[in-house]
Amino acid sequence: MDVSMFTKINDYEWMIPKKGDMRVPGIVFGDEPIIRDLDEKVWEQVSNVATLPGIQLASIAMPDAHWGYGFPIGGVAAFDPKEGGIISAGGVGYDISCGVRTLKTNMKKEEVLPKLSELMEELFRTIPAGLGSEGEITLTKDQEDEMLAKGAKWAVEQGYGTEEDLEYTEMHGTAPDADPSKVSDLAKKREKKQAGTLGSGNHYLEVQWVEEVYDPEIARIYGLEKDQILITFHCGSRGLGHQVASDYMKVLDQAAPKYGIKLPDRQLACAPIDSQEGRDYWQAMNAAINNALANRQIISHLARKAFKRVFPDAELPQLYDTSHNTCRREEHVVDGVKKIVYVHRKGATSALGPGRPEIPKAYMNAGQPVLIGGTMGTYSYILAGTREGMEKAFGSACHGAGRRMSRAKAKKTWKGEQVIRDLAERGIIVKAHSFRGAAEEAPGAYKDVRQVVDAVHNAGLAKKVVRVRPLGVVKG
Amino acid sequence: MSYFTFEHEADTGIRGEGKTLEEAFQETARAMFSVMANLEKVEEKEKVSGKTEGRDLISLLVNWLNQLLAEKDINGMVFKSFNVKIKKEGEGYSIEWDAWGEEMDPEKHQLDIEVKAATFHQAAVEEKNGKWTAQCIVDV
Repeated sequence: MDVSMFTKINDYEWMIPKKGDMRVPGIVFGDEPIIRDLDEKVWEQVSNVATLPGIQLASIAMPDAHWGYGFPIGGVAAFDPKEGGIISAGGVGYDISCGVRTLKTNMKKEEVLPKLSELMEELFRTIPAGLGSEGEITLTKDQEDEMLAKGAKWAVEQGYGTEEDLEYTEMHGTAPDADPSKVSDLAKKREKKQAGTLGSGNHYLEVQWVEEVYDPEIARIYGLEKDQILITFHCGSRGLGHQVASDYMKVLDQAAPKYGIKLPDRQLACAPIDSQEGRDYWQAMNAAINNALANRQIISHLARKAFKRVFPDAELPQLYDTSHNTCRREEHVVDGVKKIVYVHRKGATSALGPGRPEIPKAYMNAGQPVLIGGTMGTYSYILAGTREGMEKAFGSACHGAGRRMSRAKAKKTWKGEQVIRDLAERGIIVKAHSFRGAAEEAPGAYKDVRQVVDAVHNAGLAKKVVRVRPLGVVKG
Repeated sequence: MSYFTFEHEADTGIRGEGKTLEEAFQETARAMFSVMANLEKVEEKEKVSGKTEGRDLISLLVNWLNQLLAEKDINGMVFKSFNVKIKKEGEGYSIEWDAWGEEMDPEKHQLDIEVKAATFHQAAVEEKNGKWTAQCIVDV
């Protein structure tokens, strides 16, 4: 889009000046080519979010921002309840707590390569994925309520993983204030057979190797080294999360006019944080976050089981688990004043700087690990949160490459079989549940993740620690 | 065929057309399930019925489509055809619906990507020169 629609702050920060009903300016992070490629709808959506009551500092968009519903995907916005701040289902998204978990291994690339094909087959067989897949457990209503209240902690208590995993999961694996009674029966029924399933679309599990180390000191703290094998997977809160989002979209759609909130777009449906509807959504959303955390905990267990069947001596400790569709209550300094704010990150990752109490003790001096999924043919990155990012974007970073082509166009451009063959020629084994799905997720359908991550790094939001490349992919 | 999908940067749009409001709704639901499965391979073996409400026609459409997504998960089914009755009820609208389909079979139905939710984004229900159109963006 036309760069002159922005006021340039520096090479990586572009401001949308306050006008009309906007309460704060908009800020989009990215280099000039990213801003030129930006969809005009993102500009509009960033401006719309800036009109919401109680918004702090700025309506922010990450370099991978694209057109979402209501909030842009890649949008970050914080609201202060003391200033009438709102909470919005559209600011979190439909796949509540969709996120990424990375497991480390004690193995090197050359040790895994000879058995890669067997490993991928084992992972493909063990982890339920794709539309209509069912998990190995069927939950009773009581079990489900306990899972919604306790998240990954519940899964560990059931034998899926270790206490140590919880230390390396955001919020120690349990979102606060989760209230299962605020989640509809319909949502709970949808979850019954979906615990421990990957889902479909852009959800995946990858076997990766560390190709490049940018920051040896932080890499050492995270326990990462060159050529090390990692397992990373991306999935969310499944049908339950989608239902919580739909249910509360309805509630908040009616609440907004009741509280006199003028919405420029219906998908921004919201209510004051300090209102019955706002509190109900907060408690239900946290229950859905717990659902996602438990889901990823069960998948971790399955991935370890599969890996150990092929490599019995392997150890797979957890690096970190991070979500990129959330709203969190956090303390931040805004204009020199400490405040408790509700930070919405929709398609944006938490990237808290060193010293924050939310970070695992072992990583305290390094900053929060930021797990960025690329595309199946290229790379993914691990970054670390910075103090600068705390000031500029409430400790937030991008979440992925961002699409540059619609799914329909990708399907017309590529055949899934061909995409899988091309990747095989480059040494990447793809096991897909749907060929059409593989075409839609073709590497060429995404922006260059390198450009997005470089922009985040150069803007100071988070710093690059390592780059990883896939060896094998299980696609949902 | 009077159901379509249309392009959207990250997600997918669905649209149904018909001579009546009901037909447009039915075709939109078909469009949504066509994103997930090859409908030609789906047989109409079982029926699920229900009633859904909305404060206006757009809410009714979005609520109903989300209800169908929930029924898909709960019953493990994929739906192919629909029969609906839409009524003005109080301040809003209601839809009484039947959905026909069968148990999901990834291979037989060539299942593709899952629709997570129907959204209010670009949602519209309108009549023009005797033709009804219903549409919205679905999150995938």
